[in-house]
Amino acid sequence: MSINPEQVANTAKLAKLKINADEASEVAERITAILDLVDQMQAVDTEQVEPMANALDAVQRLRIDQANPNEDAQARRAAFQTIAPVTDQGLYLVPKVID
Amino acid sequence: MKALHELTVAQIQQQLIEKKFSSREITEHYLNRIDTLNSDYNCYITVDANGALTAADKADQAIAAGSRAPLLGVPIAHKDIFCTKGVATTCGSRMLANFVSPYDATVVSKMKVAGTVMLGKTNMDEFAMGSSNETSFFGPVKNPWDVETVPGGSSGGSAAAVAAQLAPAATGTDTGGSIRQPAALCGITGIKPTYGRVSRYGMIAFASSLDQAGPMTKTAEDAAILLNSMSGLDHKDSTSLDTTVPNFTATLDDSLAGLKIGIPKEYFDQRLDTAMADAVQVALAELEKLGAKLVDIELPNSALSVPAYYVIAPAEASSNLSRFDGVRYGYRCEDPEDLEDLYTRTRSEGFGDEVKRRILVGTYALSAGYYDAYYRKAQQIRRLIKEDFVRAFEQVDIIAGPTAPSTAFKFGAKTADPVAMYLEDIYTIAVNLAGLPAMSLPAGQLENMPIGMQLVGNYFAEQKLLNVAHQFQLATQWHTSTPTSLKG
Repeated sequence: MSINPEQVANTAKLAKLKINADEASEVAERITAILDLVDQMQAVDTEQVEPMANALDAVQRLRIDQANPNEDAQARRAAFQTIAPVTDQGLYLVPKVID
Repeated sequence: MKALHELTVAQIQQQLIEKKFSSREITEHYLNRIDTLNSDYNCYITVDANGALTAADKADQAIAAGSRAPLLGVPIAHKDIFCTKGVATTCGSRMLANFVSPYDATVVSKMKVAGTVMLGKTNMDEFAMGSSNETSFFGPVKNPWDVETVPGGSSGGSAAAVAAQLAPAATGTDTGGSIRQPAALCGITGIKPTYGRVSRYGMIAFASSLDQAGPMTKTAEDAAILLNSMSGLDHKDSTSLDTTVPNFTATLDDSLAGLKIGIPKEYFDQRLDTAMADAVQVALAELEKLGAKLVDIELPNSALSVPAYYVIAPAEASSNLSRFDGVRYGYRCEDPEDLEDLYTRTRSEGFGDEVKRRILVGTYALSAGYYDAYYRKAQQIRRLIKEDFVRAFEQVDIIAGPTAPSTAFKFGAKTADPVAMYLEDIYTIAVNLAGLPAMSLPAGQLENMPIGMQLVGNYFAEQKLLNVAHQFQLATQWHTSTPTSLKG
């Protein structure tokens, strides 16, 4: 299956990526080569095959949703905020969304 | 007497306890070597000299006080995909070039508890996406056997660091062959455990249903020692296995008499270079001499593993990498006009070409109307691939073959054609799709470049793989061979 530069642009929009107009056809060409590789799967009849997400058919283990009393929530929050690009009074800042 | 950098982890452990040298001495020795030689190979992105010396001093005090933590005072390197509290974790990307994690990955904390001294963080393909280390934002790693060739990837920095004796051992991760292929190309030993054996917590996610961490070492014995400390249930990883961790070193000396080794005919087809095939056959003959029996087997769906992988891995990556948005950590573009611009420009400037390509493929495969044709189909193929292995393991104990189709290739040889690069992992990918354990060990040389033999085991059979590899290494010398450039 081939993908054209317009489809690349639409997919890029979904993925929040910008593909410059001058790169679009090269990107489309390379992705088409990957999709051609992937299309080898279509030759196999998988009608009766159950899809497999985990080889051991394990299900995700869930834990009880409770705060860890040994953890200093304030300190942890501060540690996470220090590495953020822009914060203010405990909030992560982004450009204004609503006028 | 061997130089300190020639010692294996097992020898370092022993000699530290015998007080032949201190952890500070061997740590300083490695830091000096890194200082002199890292610029030749670009193995490390970050070297933490102060942290290493502090940890070494602490280990020396603990040794003096009689502590016998399994890896007490042993220097190691971590792939830069593992979060390390207070030390940069870049994942080989501009996106995380300034990222300092507020916590340790479980692998890192377990290795600390075991007493290791972290020398630094090793270079890798960006977000572990690559088979040559050429996609790293920090420049490619060079193969110590020939600096004009690639070290393999994505754990190329770890593999080259061990090969160049800039660390006695390192951690790696393997999503489609990223421990085994660089181990093969750099002439070292590496094991990818059963999916779920080692915690993924704090290991930056690429394709979560495939990612698995493991050790990269000089010998199978060292791999067993490290794996003992890395493995085990972790409640912070919801796919971590709740199963007993055996002592991987306890069975290294078992005899191979009667061991049945499956040889998949698909791994020796026309795609494999004849000289490579011959070299692997010589290694297999060595295993026969040790009492193993070779049995021809078939893995009929193995050719579909690369196609299925290049749907599943990009699909999971496109979802995992959506977290890099310039809001909470990592790179943020300058002066965003609005929120959309912030997201789009941050991601477009922060990610390299291969990462963007995989995000696009994954987003496309998961987009409306294509899910059944791509993702569901790939998950069905994945079951067929697993069933091939299940059938094979009814006949044989392990499976063996080449790790990679060729020895290390030149820089730039495959960068223009992503599909050619993807086929580098043709023998390794099926194992990740099936969640099986597998390892690569040095098994010969072609024109002075190392080749790797891959051993694949049944679920939870890491002990058997390490046993076979150890016995092979007792009978052969390939694993002790070092690059000529180091001998000068």
